[in-house]
Amino acid sequence: MLKLTINKKVYNLDIDPETPLLWALRDVIGLVGTKYGCGMAQCGACVVHLNGEAVRSCVTRVSRAAGKEVVTIEGLSDNNDHPLQQAWLELDVSQCGYCQAGQIMSAAVLLRENKNPTDKDINSAMEGNICRCGTYLRIHKAIQLAADIQRKGSK
Amino acid sequence: MEQTRTTHSRRSFLKSSLLAGGGLMISFSWLPKAGQANTPHHPVAPEAWNELTGYVRIYPDNSITILNPNPEFGQNVMTSLPMMVAEELEADWKKIVVEMGPHDSTKLGAQFTGGSNSVRMYWRPLREAGAAARQMLLQAAAESWSVPIEELTTRAAIIYHEKTGKSGTYGSFASKAATLPVPKGMKLKAPKDFKVVRNSQKNVEGIKIVSGQPLFGIDYKVDGMLIAMIQHPPAFGMKLKSFDATQTLKMPGIKDVFTLKLYEEGFEQGGFDTRSFNDLLVVVGNTTWEVMNARKKLIVDWVPAGDTKDTFGGRGTKREVTVPGALESTTAQLAKMEEYAQKPAQQLRKDGDPETAFKNAAQIIERTYNAPFLAHNCMEPMNFFAHVTAEKALLAGPLQAPGWSEPTLAKLLQLPAEKIEIQMTRMGGGFGRRAYGHYLYEVALIAKKVQAPVKLIYTREDDMTYGIYRPMYTATYRAALDANKKLIAFHVKGGGIPEHAIHANRFPAGAVDNYLAEGWQIPSNITIGAFRAPRSNFNAAAEQSFLDELAEAMGKDPIDFRLELLQKVKEKPVGRNNEYDVDRYTGILKLVKEKSGWGKPENNKYNRGVAAYFCHNSYAAHVVDIVMRNNRPYVERVYSAIDCGIVINPDAATNMVEGAVIDGIGNAFYGKLSHKDGAAEQSNFHNYRMIRHSEAPAKIEVHFVQNDIDPTGLGEPPFPPVFGAVANALYKLNKKRHYNQPYLNNPLQSGTVTNNKKPF
Repeated sequence: MLKLTINKKVYNLDIDPETPLLWALRDVIGLVGTKYGCGMAQCGACVVHLNGEAVRSCVTRVSRAAGKEVVTIEGLSDNNDHPLQQAWLELDVSQCGYCQAGQIMSAAVLLRENKNPTDKDINSAMEGNICRCGTYLRIHKAIQLAADIQRKGSK
Repeated sequence: MEQTRTTHSRRSFLKSSLLAGGGLMISFSWLPKAGQANTPHHPVAPEAWNELTGYVRIYPDNSITILNPNPEFGQNVMTSLPMMVAEELEADWKKIVVEMGPHDSTKLGAQFTGGSNSVRMYWRPLREAGAAARQMLLQAAAESWSVPIEELTTRAAIIYHEKTGKSGTYGSFASKAATLPVPKGMKLKAPKDFKVVRNSQKNVEGIKIVSGQPLFGIDYKVDGMLIAMIQHPPAFGMKLKSFDATQTLKMPGIKDVFTLKLYEEGFEQGGFDTRSFNDLLVVVGNTTWEVMNARKKLIVDWVPAGDTKDTFGGRGTKREVTVPGALESTTAQLAKMEEYAQKPAQQLRKDGDPETAFKNAAQIIERTYNAPFLAHNCMEPMNFFAHVTAEKALLAGPLQAPGWSEPTLAKLLQLPAEKIEIQMTRMGGGFGRRAYGHYLYEVALIAKKVQAPVKLIYTREDDMTYGIYRPMYTATYRAALDANKKLIAFHVKGGGIPEHAIHANRFPAGAVDNYLAEGWQIPSNITIGAFRAPRSNFNAAAEQSFLDELAEAMGKDPIDFRLELLQKVKEKPVGRNNEYDVDRYTGILKLVKEKSGWGKPENNKYNRGVAAYFCHNSYAAHVVDIVMRNNRPYVERVYSAIDCGIVINPDAATNMVEGAVIDGIGNAFYGKLSHKDGAAEQSNFHNYRMIRHSEAPAKIEVHFVQNDIDPTGLGEPPFPPVFGAVANALYKLNKKRHYNQPYLNNPLQSGTVTNNKKPF
């Protein structure tokens, strides 16, 4: 049995400890917002937070998450009102939308660590997240907008 | 010259019915003349006449639901198509609920998302549905209040009678309206009166996307659902000989391992029934990870399949095609293309006397362009759900054209079409790839065999190495100039594996007195399919690069040179059937010239390239500004001019163009799927280079030509000219012409470059 806290809820999983966290989330727990894209940490569709750090859940064993806090896109905010979610909606970033959860989860760590990210900061934080539809420009602007929202909110 | 056809002849009819629990439902059936769907390599088009149905539902509490008829893959039809209904209905857009509509085997047609078709196709019928509903509601109110219908006005789903001060919601009249006859010959709004359309509306599924709600096929789940994966051969031209599943079956969670034939011998395939491998080695188990892991334990013997036969049916004809069995490699493919390029080819169009003109030319410029196969790489890999019983089948997942897959599914499952339900989920990208329903057939047969609900999942590697690629193309362009450097003849000879890309009647056809277009093709076992703007995505790279080089040879500005040619077509077009509209083509060039500040000294620090192209009924031009950054070429700015007629949802349309530009830069720089001994050399994103965040332009400025032309489509047209503009800007950067794609990622190496090196 592995004990995980996912989005503030405790789960006891009877599961092969080698299972990637991605598939534990999707197939066993039923949280499907975290996406499968490549299975080899190349595309970022599966990014979740493990004790606050962005990890690729497709190459993270579920055993590594035992006893730790996992946050997925479903648990990023209580009312879908994280500054990034607000900014994503305001700028209507998504096209197909498949990669966007991973994009937001990567950006969320950046914004927590860096209240005023430069273009360069955003580029390097987001380089691991592929968007096949090509919404990078809007993602970039949405992160800047979210940083604004965050700064205003903390005043 | 023929004008581009922007509307379809059609007959349409609307139907009303009372909703259970009260309310009005408008359905419409529409019989459009199809055939504009861009099918890649086969003559089998969808039925000439399709029937489509959509629904508007108005409930007693004044809530309104509009069903979106076409599947969503990121082009935002879930928002733009319902907007068209809401416009005429005069409903409050913010309160409308949009749902994905059903696929109906009897009333609905292909419901094809692709070919930049959706908005164009539904522009009239969806507005008519909205107008009819409004008219019936007005009629019901007029009768209830005993007032003339002409005195009624509507705003935000409420009906007003100013003289008496009466008002009532649509919902309060919906049940009565449902008993009235559907009006005929509705008058639709003039563009100047639009309130919803032409105003940016947010993606109706935006909140679901950013909160991670289940939307996609891969998210689909029912109780007791199993997971299936297929072990495909490691190379095109191989087939299964034998397998040992002992170890696999011992792995936890594994239910079964078996083989299935997708098509029985002689099975008549439809045009979109392409499949790369027919013998399916299937592993079924409880969870994705268990199946993925256990599949690795299979011991399989693969053998060369040799030449095989495919049988194609449809349209009352049956034909057999031999699929060559050779294990192909990219270098050999290139050599073979060069060999074929020397042979006589099929003449596609000829104007004047090109042979004589070339003979008499003072100067001939000849250049050859090559481009590799491309993988679609939709972020959501292929997957589909099926539950099949003796009586019926339910399928759900990402698919671009349920109407094209259903007949084949019915034949494979031996069920009548009305017993098959296909639910369309949101697609994690499509780009043409999901018009080919092999993965849906595969899961249907698997579900039938295991007698349980099952979801088939392709891993990224399965997806990337399976095929259905953008074909491998080549084209040689020749231009003849007289002693005054005047263009007197133009010749294009294109080929490819397994099709050529030539659109013989497109620009510059019509602008040159002596013109010849030819095509040839080489059969292959590597499967191909439509890829965003099929064929155009290569032509606009080759042709637009060639025109740029030609302009330079003639000492002309590349935009002015194109405008001169277009002026000639306007004044005295050569030949017949020129596909493009001169004024619209000219319009985008002038617009991009103005908006990009073409020729202005402040832009001299940029390496600028321009390209313009017409495809899928719309027009797109880009000016691309490249700089060196960290020792690599970087597209810093892009200016785009688009004429797609009336723009339904401007911000979403802008997003689509931005995406097409970034997609185009990525594929032009890096896109490449090569082969060695039949096997794809790229299998995942570690060796298939995709454009990344930092490589997206800092600025993409999108300008739409403002006109009242009925919408002509947008998903594809902005994509092809990106390639040409990038190539032309790269030339400015390093004074080297780029003939072989991908431009920055080990371009194809071809012997024909000898021609390309000849000075002009």
